[in-house]
Amino acid sequence: MTATSHPALQLTPDPSPPQGPGRIVAGVLAPHPPHLVYGENPARNEPKSECGWEVLRWAYERCRKQVLALEPDVLLVHSPHWQTIIGHHFLGVREFHGLSVDPIFPNIFRFKYDITVDVDLAEAIAKEAQAAGLATKMMRNANFRVDYGTITSCHMMNPDWDIPIVGIASNNSPYYYSNEVGQAQMIALGHATRRAIERLGRRAVLLASNTLSHRHFTFKVEPPEDMSHEHVYSHGQYLWDMKVLSLMRAGRTRELLAVLPEFMDMAESEVKAGALAWMLAGLNFPDYPAEIHGYWTVIGTGNAVVEWNHATRGGTR
Amino acid sequence: MTAPDPRTAPDPRTALDPRSYLDRALIVPGHPHILLAADRNPGWQSLRQSYEQLAGRLAKSPADLLLIFSTQWVSVIGHLIQCDPQPKWLHVDQNWYEFGEIPYEFRVDAEFGKAYAQSAAAVGLHSSTVNYHGFPIDTGTIVALKLLNPANRLPACMVSCNIYSEKEEMIALGEAAAAALQSQGKRAIAIAVTSLSNRYTVSEIDPAKDAISSQKDDEWNRKMLELFGEGRVEDASQAARQFAREANADMRFRAVWWLAGLTGQTNRFRGRVLDYQPVWGTGAALVELEPAETEAVVHEFDEVRQLGVQPAATAARGPAVAHAKSPGPAAPVAKAPNKPNGDGPVMSSRAAEPVGAYPHARRHGGLLFVSGIGPRRRGDPEIPGVIRDDRGQVIGHDAEAQTRAVIENLGFILEEAGSSLEKVVDVTIYLTDIERDFPIVNRVFGEVFGQIQPTRTTVGVTALPTPIAVEFKVTALA
Repeated sequence: MTATSHPALQLTPDPSPPQGPGRIVAGVLAPHPPHLVYGENPARNEPKSECGWEVLRWAYERCRKQVLALEPDVLLVHSPHWQTIIGHHFLGVREFHGLSVDPIFPNIFRFKYDITVDVDLAEAIAKEAQAAGLATKMMRNANFRVDYGTITSCHMMNPDWDIPIVGIASNNSPYYYSNEVGQAQMIALGHATRRAIERLGRRAVLLASNTLSHRHFTFKVEPPEDMSHEHVYSHGQYLWDMKVLSLMRAGRTRELLAVLPEFMDMAESEVKAGALAWMLAGLNFPDYPAEIHGYWTVIGTGNAVVEWNHATRGGTR
Repeated sequence: MTAPDPRTAPDPRTALDPRSYLDRALIVPGHPHILLAADRNPGWQSLRQSYEQLAGRLAKSPADLLLIFSTQWVSVIGHLIQCDPQPKWLHVDQNWYEFGEIPYEFRVDAEFGKAYAQSAAAVGLHSSTVNYHGFPIDTGTIVALKLLNPANRLPACMVSCNIYSEKEEMIALGEAAAAALQSQGKRAIAIAVTSLSNRYTVSEIDPAKDAISSQKDDEWNRKMLELFGEGRVEDASQAARQFAREANADMRFRAVWWLAGLTGQTNRFRGRVLDYQPVWGTGAALVELEPAETEAVVHEFDEVRQLGVQPAATAARGPAVAHAKSPGPAAPVAKAPNKPNGDGPVMSSRAAEPVGAYPHARRHGGLLFVSGIGPRRRGDPEIPGVIRDDRGQVIGHDAEAQTRAVIENLGFILEEAGSSLEKVVDVTIYLTDIERDFPIVNRVFGEVFGQIQPTRTTVGVTALPTPIAVEFKVTALA
């Protein structure tokens, strides 16, 4: 059996009827460079900037306005900066309070967080995922430090932090097996996520916390917000980002998923961590054009804020 | 312009003598299992005990600081160096959070950290110091410091692992550490926190059934440990790329490149493998490397030596050493849990460590087959009955002392396996100088085994592993 003929890689929409009244109302490609939080100067973040990465921050503003207008009651975020070895883990404590210091960029991200978790939904997804053959685990330690990827994507989408979240870790299976195997797991997790949301009656937004091309500069810029240094790492990387974004704009998500494994290798894309595949499967492979709110680079990596507004653009599930 | 004569050109490696700034180097695992859940698996418990024994020795070290490089502290823009003088936090591992929290409060030598960052920048590396409340120190660094330096007696310097760095950069980062130590006039214990093979078991397992992910990974781990056991850090550094490809070594085994740079890219060490066990499928080992004057083993082909010429540069590094004649302690290998009541390998806790990937003995079908045993003592770099000159070179041996030490080791192994010297049924004796030593060994043998009456064969051989002259191979009733 070849990789593409494996049942888990079949990119056909789930034909089964909804499992309940719940619905995913939108999905967002919501990248998490901490630079975006730094550029916004929220009170929760200790370092302060003059400006920076406005194209992406304003893209988030536009996206946020549309998505929050849907009045979701939970944001689900899949983050590559909580990396797990044994299966797929979920934040499993109702309240987290703490200080997140980015281990890579501590000079720009030292963020005080107060997070409310929809534990019931997290448990329901874990149960659905287990039934689909995935290993899952609930993280029950209240002293656990929430990763900066989760925080950045959630903050950029909802800076008031007044909507509960479900935090999902990134399993390292593509690094142990292959891009295809990792993606197959994420597609299974996406379908499980949707079924649990439907069963519990939630209005949910999925946040895929991934950068696109991920080669970045290896030198430090001072000040970090000096935008004269900002450009895409390479032309090849840009071409790949545009290919992927074009497929999103054309509503060709199944074709997009088919090329993602190659994109991961060719552009070192962070979608290898699985969030985009998880979200597109959760949306049941939407076939309408996504809205690209903005694309720009952060230390050379390609980042886009992209919205699939199921509620207004015709998503059926 | 004439090319310099390689036989007389100065060897750049002689410029760096790690003995002046390095107390010793360690390779240690950074899994939280060892600190928080050792009681769940005999192998994890063994690693914990080996860590504690090592900590006991470090407590007497005259070193000024612990210089620690962890593969679990990853950076992407150059390297980061911790300069918070007293980092304090309640740490929870992102994978094994159910093991509980690790509270820590470390002492950091911030002055040295700054000097290290400057030294790295001086050779063109991107490096930054970090001094932020709440900065997340990685699990590997925490585990190593908690176990090796429990009372915070020594301050630490912590450096990150850049996930994109190549060998040359890691070597330079190690050399920058050496330069900083020399400029500061400080002596360090260098600690590389790394796994060997790094393929985790990706499902829940019964901890008691933990095993290395594959035989291939296990064999590669043992090959690398053989090099470390012989003090061959540079050889391990050269093999790191292949090891990484074959066994998915932790962070491509960058830690050994850092160590090689820090220690002058030589094999001049006395190496000891203190332990080797699986942790959730990965290979976890504790290795101790003491800087030595001479190279432990010279296995590689050396044209100059083959021609019998003694160049000045080589002489400065120490005289040539014959193959398979180690002036340092022999290379031990992993401890493995004993099976006291059944067939299988037997590891002694009292006899000298094996010099390769084999147990002290193996019980099978009511018999105990004991590996070849020499006179070395456990944990002691000096070998009984080996006579050295002022420069540490072996110039002779005391056959009686060696024979008695061999028999003492045999007694340890047999007792721990539930047998005894009285149950020995067959002995093969290997002697490197049979003409001179046979009467001496024969006399001591008679004193011990005269009444027991095992069968015996005595063989003259040209050399034995490590600079010993006597080895016994016995079979006993189990």
